[in-house]
Amino acid sequence: MTPEEEEIFKRRRKGRNVALALGLTFFVVLFYFITIAKMG
Amino acid sequence: MTQPTALQLPTDWRDFLALTKPRVMSLVIFTGLCGLLAAPGDINPIIGFTAILCIALGAGGAASLNQWWEADIDAGMKRTARRPLPEGRMNRTDARDFGIFLSGVSVATMGLAVHWLAAGVLAVSIVYYAVVYTIWLKPRTPQNIVIGGGAGAFPPMIGWIAVTGHISAMPILLFAIIFFWTPPHFWALALFVQSDYAKVGIPMMPVVRGEAATRHQILIYSVLLVPLAAAPWFIGGTGALYGVSALVLSLAFLVLSLPVALRRTREDDTMKPEKRLFAFSILYLFALFAMLVADRALSGQGLLA
Repeated sequence: MTPEEEEIFKRRRKGRNVALALGLTFFVVLFYFITIAKMG
Repeated sequence: MTQPTALQLPTDWRDFLALTKPRVMSLVIFTGLCGLLAAPGDINPIIGFTAILCIALGAGGAASLNQWWEADIDAGMKRTARRPLPEGRMNRTDARDFGIFLSGVSVATMGLAVHWLAAGVLAVSIVYYAVVYTIWLKPRTPQNIVIGGGAGAFPPMIGWIAVTGHISAMPILLFAIIFFWTPPHFWALALFVQSDYAKVGIPMMPVVRGEAATRHQILIYSVLLVPLAAAPWFIGGTGALYGVSALVLSLAFLVLSLPVALRRTREDDTMKPEKRLFAFSILYLFALFAMLVADRALSGQGLLA
């Protein structure tokens, strides 16, 4: 892997990790509010 | 073909997003939201939001499965050749797994948060688009657009069912309206856009049955749309605001489809009537569903009888 490819590799991996973290956090918050709504 | 080195790199997250067809999703969200807002009864805003989110995620999952299956077809058409799979920016099985994952998450969340009837209809809509339409009928019949219209017709029905908890005549009518609207909308476009569908072996109506048959069918669907669009008013499901708007809009649609049905393409044709009908068809659907919500909102406040 050339240095340029390694740079792309790291950037894409980081982008995917951030997207996954945001998605998971969103669903944690959503299910918290769904639970509150269901109890109400 | 795909270069092996390209696959060693992780797929960019934007390519996963592109798999979900975000532009189609915006229309899905709009019609789903209209179905939800026009339905009689109340829904908790969080649950309502979750229902729309699940409809959008389900549409995204089905779109991913569609692109997974059609990667070879997409590679052969100019409009779709730059999608993530034909360009080799993504592994094909990743697209399939992503589609199945999104579909599963959307159905499960809908079931847990809203109810399992809405989740069941959502699951049916995903299987309908990804399997019945994409895999089975699209490559086999020139009526594929009619069948594909069914997939686009599910969102308002699911939005409505999410609120009411049962399937009545109204959500079925909303389904039928989009179902009958899709063929004249798409075929008007197909008449003036040179498409590569013939090249990749997809039997589109203007190519297989010819231009004259396509133009006649546009008229038939436009005629059927007039009583169908007003049917929610006739059965007492909506007020006169929606009913009269539906009649006016559908008659305008019919008037615009007449010149399309009665003419033939000439040399150096500007295709003005076809372009006008296509542009109006988009406005038509937005206006019709907006009036459905407006009718509900006004009658809910006692402003309409």
